[in-house]
Amino acid sequence: MVEKLKKAEVLNLSFGYSPAVKVIRSINLPIYQNKVAALIGPSGCGKSTLLRCFNRMHDLYGQVKYEGEIKLYPESVNILSTTVDPIEVRMKVGMVFQKPNPFPKSIFENIAYGLRVRGIKKRSYIDDKVEDSLKKAGLWGEVSARLHTSAAALSGGQQQRLCIARALATEPDLLLLDEPTSALDPISTAHIEELLAELKKSVTILMVTHNLHQAARTADYTAFMYLGDLIEFGESDQIFTNPKEQRTENYITGRFG
Amino acid sequence: MQKQVERLKRQDAVFWLVGLGSLLFALITLLSLIVDMAMTGWPRISAAFFMSFASRFPEKAGIYSAWVGSLTVVMVTAMLAIPLGVATGIYLEEYAGKNWLTKLIEINILNLAGIPSITYGLMALGIFVYHFQLGQSIITAGLTLGLLILPIIIVTTREAIRTIPSHIREACYALGSTKWQTVWNHILPYSSGGILTGVVIALSRAIGETAPLLTVGALTFIAFLPTPPVMAEPPFVSFQWLLDPYTVMPIQMFNWVSRPQEEFHVNAAAAGLVLLTMTLLLNATAIYIRYRFRRKYKW
Amino acid sequence: MRKGVSEGVKEGFSDPKSFKRRVREVKELLIKSMLFCCAASSVLITFGVVWTLLKEALPFFQEVSLRQFLFDSEWTPLFEDPKYGIMTLVSGTVLTTAIALSVAIPLGTITAVFLSEYCSARVREVLKPVLELLAAVPTVVYGYFALLFITPLLQKIFPDLSSFNALSAGLVMGVMIIPYISSLTEDAMRAVPVYLREGSLALGASNFQTSFKVVIPSAFSGIASAYVLGISRALGETMVVAIAAGLQPRLSFNPLESTETLTAYIVQVSMGDLPQGSIGYKTIYVAGSVLLLFTLIFNLIGQRIRSRVEKKAK
Repeated sequence: MVEKLKKAEVLNLSFGYSPAVKVIRSINLPIYQNKVAALIGPSGCGKSTLLRCFNRMHDLYGQVKYEGEIKLYPESVNILSTTVDPIEVRMKVGMVFQKPNPFPKSIFENIAYGLRVRGIKKRSYIDDKVEDSLKKAGLWGEVSARLHTSAAALSGGQQQRLCIARALATEPDLLLLDEPTSALDPISTAHIEELLAELKKSVTILMVTHNLHQAARTADYTAFMYLGDLIEFGESDQIFTNPKEQRTENYITGRFG
Repeated sequence: MQKQVERLKRQDAVFWLVGLGSLLFALITLLSLIVDMAMTGWPRISAAFFMSFASRFPEKAGIYSAWVGSLTVVMVTAMLAIPLGVATGIYLEEYAGKNWLTKLIEINILNLAGIPSITYGLMALGIFVYHFQLGQSIITAGLTLGLLILPIIIVTTREAIRTIPSHIREACYALGSTKWQTVWNHILPYSSGGILTGVVIALSRAIGETAPLLTVGALTFIAFLPTPPVMAEPPFVSFQWLLDPYTVMPIQMFNWVSRPQEEFHVNAAAAGLVLLTMTLLLNATAIYIRYRFRRKYKW
Repeated sequence: MRKGVSEGVKEGFSDPKSFKRRVREVKELLIKSMLFCCAASSVLITFGVVWTLLKEALPFFQEVSLRQFLFDSEWTPLFEDPKYGIMTLVSGTVLTTAIALSVAIPLGTITAVFLSEYCSARVREVLKPVLELLAAVPTVVYGYFALLFITPLLQKIFPDLSSFNALSAGLVMGVMIIPYISSLTEDAMRAVPVYLREGSLALGASNFQTSFKVVIPSAFSGIASAYVLGISRALGETMVVAIAAGLQPRLSFNPLESTETLTAYIVQVSMGDLPQGSIGYKTIYVAGSVLLLFTLIFNLIGQRIRSRVEKKAK
């Protein structure tokens, strides 16, 4: 780890749907470029809530107030600021969800949609981009012959890789993965984990996972959260072999969670 | 113990029969209605019946102006109710915040759906006929029926939109869509089956509706067609037909039923048969659409 | 393969005052306001209904006292010696509604239990839409059926049945309302969680006992609101009663005689010449207002029950 270029940084962030109840409190967390960072912790610890701050998903559900900042580099803009348009944030920060959620359209249209939203109409560019993203998501070989058939016919694992391809097509600065393999079988899970190592060459990844082994296998950095607080953050090797905090150790050794 | 079990089993068997009986009673009534109407009316059905105007002589009378009238009125109805109803449904499901105004609109729509159809006719008589001076015209009838079926379209639009899971919306927003892009590119296409089902059912209701049109004074003896909408000379299109008097199928039928002569009852049965076929076909279409789309989108 | 980011995908964050952002925000706001106007117009319709009815009905009470209106035993507003006893029309409405409900409520409920608890999902999928066709038949067709099929049939049983009578109109209306009641009742019963049924069946109860002692009580509010909907349908039904029940206002509850409902009266008067402001014109709005009042009361009851269910479900 010679150079650690930050892609984003969470600064003293607190958030909750009602002002009285904060789901996450005073989080500070750096996100390094071209690395995979994992958020772990027991259910209800606020890891998904934190993840969804990165693309302002909470804004969809009424007036919300973020306290603190998430800075995106190199622009060094606080993407939680009220003057920043959440739509522009989502244009730069892609997301893959827990349950595969392809649109009930063709495979091609699923991937092209993000480009169309960005006003891109050039057919040749879209064609290239669809192929490129499917290749990156390791799905091209399986679907190249049936790009214009419905995405609903794909298996769960294929659908999730399609969702990754859909997010990649728009060239995000940061890719958010919200428990991307929790709804998948072990083989599809392994597939996606392999993919992450490949993907981080071109994109920075922040992932929420329930699966500690997955975090240990795939993440360069791991953050442990508990009851809305960030307990410990560090390189995965250190977190999983030599945690500094007692609570982290208790969690990764399976004493609770 | 054994006896008790026997008794329970017998009870179940008896109720099964009772249930089947009451279901059959309803279905047999429907069937006998159709058969009775078909047997009485079928001999009158002919090309001439469709192409003749109303007449004092039962054997010469036909339903030409009635089916043309039904078609034109329903067109006006659809043009009012579909955009208004779908837009309202979209607003309430996708845009409306949780506040008293939304609550008011929702309660109001529930109430509108429960108002008897004839009160729509009374409102239309006061507002369209007398206040706006639209007279007893196709546009009055179309607007009246449009308002009448509006709640049906709103409710089915909302139900159709509600079946789309929220993770599909989130996927769309996460790609950077605006609200309208999400609605236009995803919500509307995926709910179109349900919306279409509702629209077809609503229009079939409009075609069969009689009472509100009687109160706005649908004339029952119309021996001419509305002005054609296209002409040979400039300006080629005309909207005069909107202000023309009209009659519609159910009113024509009502007119014939309420005459004492039996020959007219035969005409009524024939008109009823045509009307029934129209509405049942529309309903069958709706069931088919629902079935098709349910298979297309499995969430 | 990887193309540059030059094709317009990447841009910096825009200023809130930038033209692009303004255009987008204005466009979204415009769409939202248009949709809002559509939604709000439905309130206007209700307002229009209530306002017209009241505006045209209220002058009536300058000519007729409330006492006459409520207690006269005849309704002959168009005669030389007019009488304005609304109760005659109300009694006709109540009579036909009662007959209809005595058919629709038992049959609708039994059918719902049968479909929900005794049929497989496949059979239900077929039977339910077929049953709902009953609600799709135009009411004027039901009127024809009541007058020219059911009445002659009933006359074989009751020889002194008049050719226009409340009985046959009420019966046909009842069959017409069955699907409204059975569909909603069935929905309510299906919403009862399976574990309640299993709990009862595991104790050795029969299907019948489970249906009537567990499922129906749990679904009671949903079923009650189905009944309320049925009542308000029956109250407002027009064509069947106008065709088959006759046009003679009568303060009586004899189902074998002809009678006249509020709705049928409106139809009867509307068929004649109806200048604005005439006494006939005013009376149909009076009848309409009374009808609206009745249905609104039942609608409100229905909504109260439904919202209580929803609260409980939470």
